[in-house]
Amino acid sequence: MTPLTLRLALLASALGAVSALPAAAQTPPATTTEAPRTAEVVAEVSTERTIIAVPALATPAVTTVAGLRTDSLGRQIAEVIAADLERSGLYAPLGPGSVRAISMAEVRAPNFADWQARNADNVVHGFVQTNSTGGLVVGCYLYDTALGTELVRQGFEIQPGDWRRAAHKCADAIYSRLSGESPFFDSRVAYIAESGPKGNRIKRLAIMDSDGGNHRFITNGQALAISPRFSPDYKKIVYVSYLNNRVRVFIYDIASGSQKLVTESGNATFAPRWSPDGRQILYSMAVGGNTDIYRISADGGTPVRLTSTPGIDVGGSFSPDGKKIVFESDRSGSQQIYTMNIDGSNQQRISFGGGRYATPEWSPRGDLIAFTRMGGGEFRVGVMTPSGGGVRMLTNSWQDEAPTWSPNGRVIQFFRTSPGREGKSQLWQVDLTGVNLRRLPTPQDGSDPSWGPILP
Amino acid sequence: MTIRKTTAMIAAITMLTVGACAKKAPDTLPPAPDGSGTDTGTGTGNGVVPGSQEDFLASVGAMGDRIFFDLDQYNVDAQDQATLQTQAQWLARYPAVRVTLEGHADERGTRDYNIALGERRANAAKNYLASLGVDPNRIQVISYGKERPAALGSTEEAWAQNRRAVTVVIGS
Repeated sequence: MTPLTLRLALLASALGAVSALPAAAQTPPATTTEAPRTAEVVAEVSTERTIIAVPALATPAVTTVAGLRTDSLGRQIAEVIAADLERSGLYAPLGPGSVRAISMAEVRAPNFADWQARNADNVVHGFVQTNSTGGLVVGCYLYDTALGTELVRQGFEIQPGDWRRAAHKCADAIYSRLSGESPFFDSRVAYIAESGPKGNRIKRLAIMDSDGGNHRFITNGQALAISPRFSPDYKKIVYVSYLNNRVRVFIYDIASGSQKLVTESGNATFAPRWSPDGRQILYSMAVGGNTDIYRISADGGTPVRLTSTPGIDVGGSFSPDGKKIVFESDRSGSQQIYTMNIDGSNQQRISFGGGRYATPEWSPRGDLIAFTRMGGGEFRVGVMTPSGGGVRMLTNSWQDEAPTWSPNGRVIQFFRTSPGREGKSQLWQVDLTGVNLRRLPTPQDGSDPSWGPILP
Repeated sequence: MTIRKTTAMIAAITMLTVGACAKKAPDTLPPAPDGSGTDTGTGTGNGVVPGSQEDFLASVGAMGDRIFFDLDQYNVDAQDQATLQTQAQWLARYPAVRVTLEGHADERGTRDYNIALGERRANAAKNYLASLGVDPNRIQVISYGKERPAALGSTEEAWAQNRRAVTVVIGS
């Protein structure tokens, strides 16, 4: 059962757009207009998602640390694990709300017959206990119920406040073991929280876990904030602030709460991006109305101008090996996607389909570039290869914009805007099959998501 | 595309009438050499400070503070030129007054590109004012991209109103 399901799911990923499914099980909110394309594969995959039971983690003795009880934590951690697995689109978890709790003894000796009776292909067991230094120890086990074998065994020692990370790490271990893909749950997202009327939106820099947990506002909304990007080590965020009615790129230091300009200039600077090693920053600068792309050391210094056409050259995203940059330019008369070497040489257009192409983002796996395509009255998110081939559209809505990649290059977050006077933007994510589409919960509306790498 | 063009034309025509109205009103002659407070000002007489944003709007007319652009365009057409000429006349009266030129785009573009487009539009307006003799050092440019729409709907009419460059007095 498990291997079969897995194979189908992988097949679906490989087929991509061809196998886009409506997936009744995931019930996207009402604004979704994603049309079912091939119904056949759909039914198969969606009904055969691997069933994983995730009972509340056991605790050897109920103790309290930092105001957290180990038994409640056991349940909450199981809920986060189940939600992560559900969100991946590959699994149908049975969370702690729908299966019985387990005893401490069962953690290492599961009652496989019980879980088979629930039709679970796999079962997650674990425990939570306090240690002598005021921390938590979380154990995470994955079993195959049919074979009665242990597939994953991991333990995490964490500070009590980091219990969500233990849950994400456990979910990552399960996801990696079952799918063969790299992990992605234990990662964070920077984005812009939006509120207020459309004509005068308040836009605040905010950060959260990949599932929306541990949400925190960074800026207070007095100055417009847009287009944030986490540094690869998560210590800094580069973003654009309209502080003092100017458009400038700042580097915000999360630990100290201070920020500095990426470069001193009388001109508008915007659209910042980190290099994969965090040592360099790309930004766009408008001089006398003409925008070009520059690269500068994250520590400052002299910027290097990379483009020099009369058109708008803007944005940019490094390839994961740091050798190339994909960016957008309207030098041909409309927005299109180009690649170049990091010194600006060898600029080549790679998007040739109908419509305008924008916001290219290189996958951390290097194999694909995600983009926004505008045409036919719609903004859609899609992917293509770095040479411009294999274009596949993943979403279909009035305005989907600005894709950002999960650390493993399998999932894309973006923001979706609705039309009209009450139009709002919200964060969404979709996997590479285009099937598993869902909204990310945020306290307010949201835009400009930027997904960081796996946490160090 | 044709439809879009038509609405843009309608917007332009609307503006023409507004612009024309604004033009009828003015033409007290340039007073105050440095714009600082001769109260013979623009003749509205009801407490409007000469050289202020309020004075500017009273002088150039309701929509005379802005010019509009076609989809993805940033050229200053004849209509825009007339509007900017009216603005330049007022600016000539208050040579110490500084202004911000705000460039804007409609919501149907991606965020970063729209900031670049707003820069283009604001600079096109700035350059035209400069060609009329306004010292470019008095003009600060800022692009809001699609962040600050004037019309909130998602219609061709709303978008035509939002593709704009707006002159705002920031004092002297």
